[in-house]
Amino acid sequence: MHSFFKGMIQYDRFVLDNGLRVIVHEDHSTPMAVVNVMYDVGARDENPQRTGFAHLFEHLMFGGSVNIEDYDEPLQMAGGENNAYTTNDLTNYYIQLPSENIETAFWLESDRMLSLAFSEKSLDVQRKVVCEEFKEHYINKPYGDVWHKLRELSYKEHPYKWMTIGKDLSHIENAQLIDVKEFFFKHYRPVNAILVVSGHVQLENVKRLAAKWFGPIPMGEKYLRNLPQEPKQMQARLLEIEADVPLDAFFKTWHMAPRLSKGYYAADLLSDIFSGGGSSRLYQALVKEQQLFSQIDCSHMGSVEAGLLTIEGKLVKGVKMQDAEKAVQEEVEKIKSDLVNETELQKVKNKTESMIAFEDMTVMNRANSLALYELLGDAEMMNTELNRYQQITIEDIKEVANEIFDENNSNTMHYFSRN
Amino acid sequence: MLDRTIAPEIKDAIDFNLHLKPAEKFTLDNGVPVYSINAGAQEVTLIELVFNAGNWYEDQNIVAGTTNFLLKNGTSKRSAFEINDHFEYYGAYLNRNCYNETANITLHCLNKHLKDVLPVVEELITDSIFSEEELAIYKQNQTQRLKVSLQKCDFVANRFIDEYLFGFNHPYGRYTSIPDFEALHREQLLKFFKDYYLNGKCVIFVAGKLPADIFEQLNNVFGHLPLNKNGLPEKTYDITAKAEKKHRIINDQNGVQGAIRIARPFPNRRHPDFIKSQVLNNVFGGFFGSRLMSNIREDKGYTYGIHSYFQNHVRDSAWMVSTEAGRDVCEATITEVYKEMKILQEELVDDEELLLVQNYMIGTILGDLDGPFQIINRWKNYVLNGLDESYFYNSINTIKTITPREIRELAQKYLVAEDFYELVVV
Repeated sequence: MHSFFKGMIQYDRFVLDNGLRVIVHEDHSTPMAVVNVMYDVGARDENPQRTGFAHLFEHLMFGGSVNIEDYDEPLQMAGGENNAYTTNDLTNYYIQLPSENIETAFWLESDRMLSLAFSEKSLDVQRKVVCEEFKEHYINKPYGDVWHKLRELSYKEHPYKWMTIGKDLSHIENAQLIDVKEFFFKHYRPVNAILVVSGHVQLENVKRLAAKWFGPIPMGEKYLRNLPQEPKQMQARLLEIEADVPLDAFFKTWHMAPRLSKGYYAADLLSDIFSGGGSSRLYQALVKEQQLFSQIDCSHMGSVEAGLLTIEGKLVKGVKMQDAEKAVQEEVEKIKSDLVNETELQKVKNKTESMIAFEDMTVMNRANSLALYELLGDAEMMNTELNRYQQITIEDIKEVANEIFDENNSNTMHYFSRN
Repeated sequence: MLDRTIAPEIKDAIDFNLHLKPAEKFTLDNGVPVYSINAGAQEVTLIELVFNAGNWYEDQNIVAGTTNFLLKNGTSKRSAFEINDHFEYYGAYLNRNCYNETANITLHCLNKHLKDVLPVVEELITDSIFSEEELAIYKQNQTQRLKVSLQKCDFVANRFIDEYLFGFNHPYGRYTSIPDFEALHREQLLKFFKDYYLNGKCVIFVAGKLPADIFEQLNNVFGHLPLNKNGLPEKTYDITAKAEKKHRIINDQNGVQGAIRIARPFPNRRHPDFIKSQVLNNVFGGFFGSRLMSNIREDKGYTYGIHSYFQNHVRDSAWMVSTEAGRDVCEATITEVYKEMKILQEELVDDEELLLVQNYMIGTILGDLDGPFQIINRWKNYVLNGLDESYFYNSINTIKTITPREIRELAQKYLVAEDFYELVVV
């Protein structure tokens, strides 16, 4: 019987001599296996003059490694699929393939951890591909530049002030092979990585394969993160801009607590109370009742270090920015002064419970979550997260609202339609 | 010493035996068929009610989509807020979608709360009132949303290419404009609701680690409704494809990318060429290792991604190549697409490339069968397209046995440059 019948995910954890942390989660209800490699490096670790590098680098990881010319072909031949993503905090690579062929995944992932091929051609092409990705998502779309501006407005010191894609196209265009090599040997070492293997696999076999393929890779130096910290914001900031968009839009951010603190869980629930669905406060008050916004959303970055809580919305044509802003502020004041209902809090907790249950349905998601929690410091968070949400009280919500929603802690952007 | 240049042995995915878990079928008291897959470890259930209520059946543009959208926005007993509050309190997700032939309501729910939420689903499909006020808010907000979308080159391109292929009077070729919202009236929605939901034709799909009494629960809630009594009205539409095949549109003077669509008409799933063409499509542009991706992204860097696929329609399909490329390389991209078509027409795919595509496709299907929601989704596709599980086994068999010669013949038949519509929207 599976352990998660009881809501618990079972796994084993061991560490290779070179510092690579390995987590194994068996689930024999699927014929597939997942091999997930997470590196403890993200856009926050970039040189401010070379932003977008961690993400560009992720593309280069598919450009061939020291002993294997082509990464994708042998994997597809083995019936596998793969992908990767980069955030401001981390970079994650994952493979799903029939479990019989799992050694192919070990072979491919360990060779590119050993060393890349560092091909000029690959860098050349991927620079262009990433520039097109930049254009597709951030230039050639209405409101595409919003998060560039919001991060720069909200962060003055911390590297969260730029986006994963990079601050500027020129940073990507100017990337050189020497930067690629330096970045690789600084960050892509076993000691900075986590390997999670899940699905139709056996612990003993994973131990053997991990030792065989990853064991011989030199440990590397542990990367010690020493990033400039964001000083406490002492004064509200306002940015007003005009762009060729059809509708005026309102954005406001506030600094919130880092991922592992209690304040994070309370802020997460708070954002759901504000805009978690059709019965949430902002939607009901501002879209349905007062009809000031056609869309409104409250969310946070989910970042490891202190992130941002954001309220953003598009104004109904003809509504004045100041009226829309005032109405948002009224909702903010209400949650600062009055306790939320017990049932309202229970509702967002139930939603969280249900979200976790649905997320945990695939071995791929479970592998990814285990890697993330290990990176945060403890894979066991996989089984304790829900409890941390359950413990939040209505008093905690009020307290966190008062901490976050201090006007001096806020950054507002009025995004006006030019036409 | 470990020799890393030697790849580990693999078992070819084409040697795997794939098995599609059979769906259990039962029928509610009123004749509504229910297909179910009982599997998985999490105590969750997915219930999808599919109605023949797509835009195929509407007499005026966006009546079907609007009716479907507003199902959550008020009954005679509950306001929109109360409906949302009810589902959200139980951590349940209620979604609805409208397609060409069908429209659905989908519920994701923890098993322990099923009894509390199912009766409200019943309320939505029997007692929605479509109030003037909700309709007005909907019109206002959807109009604004559309204005934003119309600035995106990919959105605009998708509209026009469908119109070129099928004509604006065909449901597959039609799209929404702002006056369509203004023309909507409450009475139209009420009538559509009455004809196609309340007295409509419905089929239900359920999946998850199902409660033992799932049949009783469904029968108690939905088994007495006046569903599946009437036949569907005969509605036919002629395809009026555009004569001119090449189109260039400027939507945004300052755009830095163009949305490229290259497409031709293609028969539906029941046509004997359909499954085989899936293999050809994978070689051509169907996955990351495809020729289009290798050439246009991985060799030339013109785009972040390029894909080819068959449109998911029941009656007539289209074969589509889709990408967003740098404005200055759009024409070069199109030239490369045709070049790849020509190579497929002239040269045989070599055995190794074919084996790779076969292994990849089988591996993907194997991965796709992971979990009850994925399995029921496959079943839903078969049921709604009038197919059965033999389609699954035929597909597997075709993927495993197709030859390079057959692939070239299909390319000669279908990847004919003159048959394709071509569009760039900057």
